[in-house]
Amino acid sequence: MTASLDAASPASPASPASFGPARELVCRACGATFALGDSYACMECFGPLEIGYDFGTVTHADIETGPQSMWRYASLLPVPPDIATRKNLSPGMTKLVKADNLAAALGMKTVWVKDDSGNPTHSFKDRVVAIALSAAQELGFTTVGCASTGNLAGAVAAAAARAGLRSCVFAPSDLEAGKLVTTAVYGGTLVAVDGNYDEVNRLCSEVAGDLGWGFVNINLRPYYAEGSKTVGYEIAEQLGWRLPRQVVSPIASGSLMTKVDKAFRELVGLGLVEESPAAIFGAQATGCSPVSAAWAAGHDVVQPVRPDTIAKSLAIGNPADGPYAIDVARRTGGAIADVTDDEIVAGIQLLAATEGIFAETAGGVTVATLGKLLDAGLIDPEAETVILNTGDGLKTLDAVAPVATPTVTIAPRYAEFRAFAEEKGLR
Amino acid sequence: MSVSVRIPTILRPYTAGASEVAADGGTLAEVIDALEVDHPGLKARVLADDGAIRRFVNVYVNDDDVRFAEGLATATPDGTSISIIPAVAGG
Repeated sequence: MTASLDAASPASPASPASFGPARELVCRACGATFALGDSYACMECFGPLEIGYDFGTVTHADIETGPQSMWRYASLLPVPPDIATRKNLSPGMTKLVKADNLAAALGMKTVWVKDDSGNPTHSFKDRVVAIALSAAQELGFTTVGCASTGNLAGAVAAAAARAGLRSCVFAPSDLEAGKLVTTAVYGGTLVAVDGNYDEVNRLCSEVAGDLGWGFVNINLRPYYAEGSKTVGYEIAEQLGWRLPRQVVSPIASGSLMTKVDKAFRELVGLGLVEESPAAIFGAQATGCSPVSAAWAAGHDVVQPVRPDTIAKSLAIGNPADGPYAIDVARRTGGAIADVTDDEIVAGIQLLAATEGIFAETAGGVTVATLGKLLDAGLIDPEAETVILNTGDGLKTLDAVAPVATPTVTIAPRYAEFRAFAEEKGLR
Repeated sequence: MSVSVRIPTILRPYTAGASEVAADGGTLAEVIDALEVDHPGLKARVLADDGAIRRFVNVYVNDDDVRFAEGLATATPDGTSISIIPAVAGG
């Protein structure tokens, strides 16, 4: 059942909007400031707006006594103080898995996998959506939407269902079946667009401007993007309140990588971790590698590309935060590289076979890029390294189906199995 | 030669709230100059001081991102539709 979408929104919020410690919107390009609202591009220069905060004092105890979700960091996010009691999916506090087998396979000393496939809709997008939908409700929107490469659409549809909001999400029609099904099941409106993500994004930018809906990654983007900081907060807390020496993050729009860095810097600024070098590395698929290409060429400007890769969740040809991802890699002593589709599949298989973690294609990109950066001498095998797995392999089965098949098919007869076992030396 | 230009919310203060305006010009650069005549201040929002399209602005001529075409020199024949869209989204 699909709700009708003709009613106007936003309505007036019932009470004054609450954004916790957030104070204003600040242009990341020119520094101009604006009141908190649904603006997302700077009136002066079109630059992206970010949340400006007044954090006050935050202690380890404040956080550690909070809920086992990202809301333990509510005092560092643009959300009301009682956000944990509201209707949302309470994402976050996913496992930080010590990946000793993977480390051994790669010749590294210490590797951790931050496994965000453990979120409610099986990707890190639940984090950003949770904050965007809080902002949508504070600003009085009753319909929420997004332009999605797959995971985001499902995250918005699910969170909207729980919050009692209407959803209308847009995604390329050639997405993996697993991503279309895991979006449509939540009952909102799913618009499949015959075009690539960048075309969907453009369409949604025009819809958002005219219909008065809250698009989580367009007019709610300043709030939305802050959700990715919680990946960085959790890594630091789960390591015992310290920063890892190296982090490898996938790059689609470039937002996650830049927000993990922002989280680390905020924790240092608040005195919650000691300042220490934390190099952030970016990973792309060669079939959509505008940021990696700009990095390799030494450019600050990212030239858009037309994506062609199995890593559809990373297939953004014109990444809005690409230049900032390059800034982060350069400032922290990181680097950015890309891997082919075959290497992505091998990366998925390696993580699954060594750690029992089945990542989606984006996770394969990250694992394979880690290997590539090691080979290039850009990542120190002796230094503690955290890699981000942002999604669940069950949503991208097609990518590995050709190589993940039964070892053998036999009749249900003992003699047949014995013959197979002897041939393979299984005993 | 007349073309239509879709104006994003952020620039509508320059067009008296209009979401679409008409302009003349054989190239995108000429269209932007024509827009500036009718809607003073708009050009400086779309183009940076060096005259290039701003980093955070996407301009489409008949659905094609002009960064894939000839940029400001992209031809805008009669009846072309142009969209100006903030580049801030994604993910």
